[in-house]
Amino acid sequence: MSNAMLELILKATLDTLYMVGLSGLVAAALGVPLGVMLYITRPGQVLARPLTNRILGIVTNVGRSIPFIILMVAIIPFTRLIAGSSIGTNAAIVPLTIAAIPFVARLVEGALNEIPPGLIEAAQSMGATPYQIIVKVLIPEARGGIITGLTITLVTLISYSAMAGAVGGGGLGDLGIRYGYNRFDPLVMLITVVILVVLVQGFQSLGDALVRRADHK
Amino acid sequence: MITLENVSKTYGDGNQAIHALKPTDLHVPQGAIHGVIGLSGAGKSTLIRCVNLLERPSSGRVFVDGQELTALSPKALNQARHRVGMIFQHFNLLSSRTVFANVALPLELMGVPRREIRERVQPLLELTGLTDKLDKYPAELSGGQKQRVAIARALASRPKVLLCDEATSALDPQTTTSILELLKDINRKLGLTILLITHEMEVVKSICHRVGLIAGGKLVEEADVGDFFTAPKTRLGRAFLNAFLELDPPQALLERMQAEPGEHTHPVVRLAFRGDSVALPLISRLTRDCDVDVSILEAKVESIQERTLGLMIAELIGTPDRIGAALDYLNAHDLQVEVLGHVQRNA
Repeated sequence: MSNAMLELILKATLDTLYMVGLSGLVAAALGVPLGVMLYITRPGQVLARPLTNRILGIVTNVGRSIPFIILMVAIIPFTRLIAGSSIGTNAAIVPLTIAAIPFVARLVEGALNEIPPGLIEAAQSMGATPYQIIVKVLIPEARGGIITGLTITLVTLISYSAMAGAVGGGGLGDLGIRYGYNRFDPLVMLITVVILVVLVQGFQSLGDALVRRADHK
Repeated sequence: MITLENVSKTYGDGNQAIHALKPTDLHVPQGAIHGVIGLSGAGKSTLIRCVNLLERPSSGRVFVDGQELTALSPKALNQARHRVGMIFQHFNLLSSRTVFANVALPLELMGVPRREIRERVQPLLELTGLTDKLDKYPAELSGGQKQRVAIARALASRPKVLLCDEATSALDPQTTTSILELLKDINRKLGLTILLITHEMEVVKSICHRVGLIAGGKLVEEADVGDFFTAPKTRLGRAFLNAFLELDPPQALLERMQAEPGEHTHPVVRLAFRGDSVALPLISRLTRDCDVDVSILEAKVESIQERTLGLMIAELIGTPDRIGAALDYLNAHDLQVEVLGHVQRNA
């Protein structure tokens, strides 16, 4: 295998990490609050806002229903607005992020569901404000579940990022398609897949380790 | 210290309305331990949750320490809740926090500076016997220890009132005793007013001063604990007491017993001795003065608060007029006499 090829593989790996890392970060920053909102605005909850809750729920579901490859091309104008271009690795980050936000939100909401309602009641009996309940009770108590959710999200993003080639983005998926599939190079295909497997394993192990540290249940 | 005025709670409306709590008045004076006992679904949980407005009453007014909680803004209510501690059946500790951090939580919520938090948490851990557990997580503790942490946490904001929602119902009898001792201790040392709900007579007997009996969302009876255990006024009160004392006539006797006196029958009576009558040698006088024989089937002595309660199930054997005289004699003393039925003399 040529040096040029190795360089290509290295660059593709870094591209994948960059796309997944940045979109994961932004999706977490926006998806976690959205998940908390979905939970806490429910009827009977601390900040019950049934109408807001329904609207957020519908928006989240719409976001989750659109197949990623369609989302990617559908939001090209928006991508151009944010990333300045509709092609390339940076351009792929925008749809990846958009797809991951509702995904994170639902997983966070699920993690919050696991908290015994008695804990919220106890905090209320101590005179906690809704903000204090979120920061001091909900997020710390759901920390393990939230980290699990973010790990799942990162793994899903790795898989989604393989489609980035469709908008001219780089990364391992794109490399595998162009060199491994289109040019019938089984070695490149194999290397790409192996690297992806290692990445997924790595993220999962890291996530599991963090959950073990965060959880005292 | 705690006053409920006409407080009620209804869920739903129209035909589907559930009256969890019918209009209720309750007054708990400063320093008292007041118990509310009832079967599950009787409305006791709703009642205690109405005191700190975890349940917003459908009507009525709630006062704690002279302040009307039902009239407060959400912000002022949160402030007022710092003066009302609460503990729960399932402890409700945060699993993500150590013992120390759990006890510190209410102080963090109040905005107490970190250094002062340390100074205030330490004595609470000593009071509740948890000094060697401060770095442990709740998952590493036993049920009794968890409830101790919950008590320390409830006391952290220096409340005037402690609400106990079935606080010992998830604990074994031995642990229950130690938690009740702790609550009694706190009541004495800190002068804390305690309102507790329970379905266990044992809890009422060991720590309460006064008790209310709740059924169908209504307080049906209220009395000093000594009175409640010696002379409950309602049928439900008696049922609770009898179940607690387990003093029912033996099954074999029940089978032979008839409601009305016959030609050759004698009565089976349940005697409850209380107050001064406990100290009197009533049975031997009965035998001597009224000339009846007394056959004791079951007997038991309980001490409740500073009072003693004697209970006895006995057959009175003698001629009808002597038995009549004996019953008159018993009724003339501070004694509760209940004729349970009659049995054949030679059976």
